[in-house]
Amino acid sequence: MQALEVVTVSKFYPTRSGDLLALSEINLTVAAGEFVCAIGPSGCGKTTLLYILAGLETPSSGQVHVNGETVTGPDPSRVLLFQEAALFPWLTVRDNVEFGLRMKRVPAAERHKTSDRLLKMVHLEAFDDAWVHELSGGMKQRVALARALAVDPAVLLLDEPFGALDAITRQLLHDELQELWMRMGKTVVFVTHNVREAVVLGDRVVVFSPRPGRILADHPIHLPRPRHIDDLATAELAGRIASDLQLTEAIRHD
Amino acid sequence: MTDVARRLSPRANLWIRRGLFLLGILVAWQVLAWMGLWPAYIFPSPSAVASSLLSGFSMGMFAKGILGSLGRLLQGYLIATVIGLTLGLLLAQVRWLKETLGLVVMGLQALPSICWLPLALLWFGLNPQAILFVVVMGSVLAISQATEDGVRNSPPVFIRAARNLGARGWQLYPYVILPAALPSILTGMKLGWAFAWRSLMAGELLYALPGLGNLLMMGRELNDMGQVVAVMLIIITLGLASDQLVFGALERRARERWGLLAR
Repeated sequence: MQALEVVTVSKFYPTRSGDLLALSEINLTVAAGEFVCAIGPSGCGKTTLLYILAGLETPSSGQVHVNGETVTGPDPSRVLLFQEAALFPWLTVRDNVEFGLRMKRVPAAERHKTSDRLLKMVHLEAFDDAWVHELSGGMKQRVALARALAVDPAVLLLDEPFGALDAITRQLLHDELQELWMRMGKTVVFVTHNVREAVVLGDRVVVFSPRPGRILADHPIHLPRPRHIDDLATAELAGRIASDLQLTEAIRHD
Repeated sequence: MTDVARRLSPRANLWIRRGLFLLGILVAWQVLAWMGLWPAYIFPSPSAVASSLLSGFSMGMFAKGILGSLGRLLQGYLIATVIGLTLGLLLAQVRWLKETLGLVVMGLQALPSICWLPLALLWFGLNPQAILFVVVMGSVLAISQATEDGVRNSPPVFIRAARNLGARGWQLYPYVILPAALPSILTGMKLGWAFAWRSLMAGELLYALPGLGNLLMMGRELNDMGQVVAVMLIIITLGLASDQLVFGALERRARERWGLLAR
């Protein structure tokens, strides 16, 4: 079953020197429960695509369907995790996690139960009363993940969420994200410019060209899970995909 | 002395130095007064000021003045806060309002608030509403400006994240837009309070109402410099206390929590 269907989506931004084409006729389908990683050089429009999937931006042409319905705006059934976590600093960790439920007017007791469960899941049950500025970068992304999962979305969209983290924390979060995904079976689109990260996490790795973003290649990843960033097979496959990317970089610099 | 100084915390040390400095001023002041270079109605002695303070408070005159002024201040400030918040929010969110009304607001900011008094006296007559109007005009623009800046400059990612998690329409205001702008709003409210305080004192000096400004003018009329300085000290103390203890602390806490302050 297809959870997500991108049909010839293009996006351009008007600028002073004419229209800037960010995405060019993207076609992509993601099956329900599939984990798809999108990689590409910075500025290739992969973040734009994610925003379009989330309904935070509208495509200039083309359409996005999620579970058969056309996306017209943001909806808690598709939650985006931002690069910078975007937690609300005026709320405690627990209130951040419960934010989406509060918007839906879920009663306090029920909210509390959900946040208890999710905070335990991301190993932050001891930090429920903490303020955002007291957390490390990795902890912030964990809270952001719990906050997203609280509204029980069918699709999770992640925009380089571990980009700013150190290697050890990043690896830990790879493990946790894989484990959570295997347990919950959500559809995931994960954007990164780190090829190894994409191979570790994805069922498929979709390679984008430099601007205007086009899909160059779609690699299925058949390695057994859980995968680690230092696994030989991971490294080798990542190397092969990376040479694709270098090729596109070379084209750009011509 | 140095031994003691070394054992105390830097903060305690700072306050000891400050205390000694103030004591020094007090001693110099008293010595100058003893030398009798100027008459007492030009240069009162600290003891004259102290006795003015004492009698003023024991007769209930100062307490009444303080309560009168603070009551007027609170009233004007509350009105200014409600109007300022609303105006700031509107200017930040409605483009055509910013383009039109924004210009007027900018122009009015160049007008010292006490310049509203003649107009207020003509509008409201010789009554307390005139002073209240001056207080409101003095502080409302600072609050609206800071609210507008805060809303305009808060990271758009907060609104995206909230919409993404299901926040809709009006929900964004109490749950995201206002809290995101709170550090800036608090700065504006602090500034607004300081302006309201200054406007009130200016207004009370020019127009007699039971209050601190009136006590100040009464001191002048009686040639009682002790009372003049005593009331000035009260005004300084009240201003400092509200600025530092109430608004300073609130603002610091918000800035720290919002991650705007290096810890």
